[in-house]
Amino acid sequence: MSETNYKPTSSFGKWFDERLPLLTLFNGHLMQYPTPKNLNYWWTFGGILTFCLMTQIITGIVLAMHYTAHADMAFSSVEHIMRDVNYGWLIRYIHANGASMFFLAVYIHIFRALFYGSYKSPREVIWILGIFIYILMMAAAFMGYVLPWGQMSFWGATVITNLFSAIPLVGESITQWLWGGYSVDNPTLTRFFSLHYLIPFLILGLVVLHIWALHVPGNNNPVGIDLKKDGSDTVPFHPYIVIKDLFALVIFMIIFAGFVFYAPNVLGHSDNYIPADPLITPAHIVPEWYLLPFYAILRSVPDKLGGVILMFSAILILAALPWLDTSKVRSAVFRPIYKQFFWILVLDVLILGYIGAMPAEGAYVAIGRVATVYYFAHFLIIMPVLGFVEKTKPVPLSIADPIISGSGNLAAAKKDKNLN
Amino acid sequence: MSEENNKKPTRREFIHIATTAVGAVGAGCIALPLVTQMNPDASVKALAKVEVDISKIEKGNEVTIMWRGKPIFIRRRTDEEVQKAREVKIEDLKDPQKDQERVKKGKDEWLVMVGVCTHLGCVPLKQQGEFGGWFCPCHGSHYDISGRIRKGPAPVNMEVPNYEFVSDTKILIG
Amino acid sequence: MKKFFITIFFSFICFNLYAAGDAAKPLKVDWSFNGLFGKFDRSQLQRGFQVYKEVCASCHSMQYLSYRNLGEKGGPEFSDAEVKAIAAGYQIKDGPNEEGEMFERAGLPKDKFKSPYPNEKAARAVNGGAYPPDMSVLVKARAGGANYIYSILMGYDENPPANLKLEDGVYYNKYMPGNKIKMAKPLNEGSVEYADGTKATVSQMSKDVTAFLTWSAEPHLEKRKRIGFKTIVYLLIFSILVFFSMKKIWSRIETKV
Repeated sequence: MSETNYKPTSSFGKWFDERLPLLTLFNGHLMQYPTPKNLNYWWTFGGILTFCLMTQIITGIVLAMHYTAHADMAFSSVEHIMRDVNYGWLIRYIHANGASMFFLAVYIHIFRALFYGSYKSPREVIWILGIFIYILMMAAAFMGYVLPWGQMSFWGATVITNLFSAIPLVGESITQWLWGGYSVDNPTLTRFFSLHYLIPFLILGLVVLHIWALHVPGNNNPVGIDLKKDGSDTVPFHPYIVIKDLFALVIFMIIFAGFVFYAPNVLGHSDNYIPADPLITPAHIVPEWYLLPFYAILRSVPDKLGGVILMFSAILILAALPWLDTSKVRSAVFRPIYKQFFWILVLDVLILGYIGAMPAEGAYVAIGRVATVYYFAHFLIIMPVLGFVEKTKPVPLSIADPIISGSGNLAAAKKDKNLN
Repeated sequence: MSEENNKKPTRREFIHIATTAVGAVGAGCIALPLVTQMNPDASVKALAKVEVDISKIEKGNEVTIMWRGKPIFIRRRTDEEVQKAREVKIEDLKDPQKDQERVKKGKDEWLVMVGVCTHLGCVPLKQQGEFGGWFCPCHGSHYDISGRIRKGPAPVNMEVPNYEFVSDTKILIG
Repeated sequence: MKKFFITIFFSFICFNLYAAGDAAKPLKVDWSFNGLFGKFDRSQLQRGFQVYKEVCASCHSMQYLSYRNLGEKGGPEFSDAEVKAIAAGYQIKDGPNEEGEMFERAGLPKDKFKSPYPNEKAARAVNGGAYPPDMSVLVKARAGGANYIYSILMGYDENPPANLKLEDGVYYNKYMPGNKIKMAKPLNEGSVEYADGTKATVSQMSKDVTAFLTWSAEPHLEKRKRIGFKTIVYLLIFSILVFFSMKKIWSRIETKV
């Protein structure tokens, strides 16, 4: 917030800040930034995600010091990290479970946005940047999973890269280009390692944009209404939000530590401790848990190209959400019907995740198809229609007094406000 | 922290000091594995000691072996060489050290040293230079038959590593 | 509404878990290394190593382990002299020497465990096409972990069900997926003779070698659990401090956290 009249205290600080206003920037965005005072704990996941990203980058840089990106040596270099490197086992387990924790946090972050309508005007750009971050996260996670060069690494890479062969005419050449050969092999591994190292820094750049875009309109809040201009609805980011984020982060770290120290392999697949073997496919190939819902959507279509298109659409459809949602009210707190549909969507995604983990046969296929159809129906039919037919609850005039208001929706509320 | 914050009395409250202190301890503990991971790992340490069979080295010959990534010169000196090394006047030396201090007692013929020039880390050539010992071609340092620096830019004698005679024919370096 | 869905969802999962699979449910052992403070039993690991060395090692490699690991903390903790003696019992290929020839020498603690076969193809050729898997991380490479490995060792039965057709070189095993295994029953009463006087029953040997394999797959397990407990206790204390700090700070304004 450049409009704050911040002045560094030390003379060196003044000298430096006049030449590069880093301190002003820091002060404006990390200290004085006005934050709605009614944010609940679902809003702490932005901070938690920043922590996750930093954890992955730091542990990843460390692991890269000991890892060997070569088809013949990758698996044994991972074992070298686990056995010989000082605290190598700890750093690798933090990195591997950190990926899962990162996705756990990002899913909560996304569903929080869905519940409170944080993607709606004027925050569309924040939302779309977030989707880009999410897509890059999936790419980074997938390539990272290939690096230990176990059976799941190899066959996961084979299956996912083969998705591109579905593209008509050029599919075959694209997969060969991706592989650097005629199958997943050493050239694939080395390029995945290079990209796996690059992507987190791209994510970091997008996170900066994501926060920048957030600080233009300011945070949404559980009530979902715009804040009063006089600043009486907000508190400075530091220390109020910092300490609250920290508290949530420490609780999150307890869960994180529980996985790292007491169940470090429970989120992974045991087959990945078998070295990659291009001649034997594991009986049951599954991606990591956080990609399962999309895997289920992919498999629910009997057509190769159709499945691939549908899977990518499932992610990209989120980008259109700010325009598919026609409701004038942001927060689901005041949208009784949408609230029900929100929980059905959560359940639907969980079912898709479950189906993704099961073999593609019998009843699973049928359930997967129904869940896939519902997923798209939620965004393409329910969201647009609901905005017109839903009778929303009265929206308060300000976050300070969330009860008083007789009006039916936000537009009416604004009108009332103007009249008063 | 800005001045404005420092003025607030609550900042000095015990709970905040305790939280900050405990948090700092935690951050320190996280730093520990991240720093020590760069230290030599268990597989490297396992190679830190090398046993060498010296039974096949003839008098007047030397072998070079690898130890911790560096060459080790093991020379079985002739009696004349030992005598020559011990005749040198100690005050003539740049880095005064008796030949006796550079070998194991009773094993005077065996000279074991790290074959790295103490100037800038090159490997000296054997039986060259003006003093019948080693000569470093990089910047012209001359060493005598005890591996002591006699002429040239190197500041000190070539290093004698930790080693011991396990038996008459075996030494353990490291 | 929410709870209703969650209940349905979880009963759905449970139902399906029980419906799957033709192999018997693995046996459950109360391992010493289970739980919050789990530790290995040193003498059990030493016995387990003996079973591996005298029985399993004739077919299964453990290429990621070195003899020095046997003396490291948190493992079987053989003494330095014992580790040297164990290593010296193997002839390791080294070289090339001065003449450019490869030669054999007695093993040293730094050497990796000697593999029974020079490569995977040789192993397959001798074992009817089946590759006896490397055992270094076997416990982590099987979904059931230690219990599954133990169950396989205990799951042989000389009288397979009448309806099961067994080809040549294939054996019946209760706990193997598909009930067929290409490894003959490896452990029989008294296969090894324990120095500490423990009776070498099949169950005892299976437990010992499984514990050894668990250690080999996760050599830092003890340290992990020790550090883990301290970390979580620390985080709990820190969370309480942060909580009260937060309460204090938010008490400056009327809004509740």
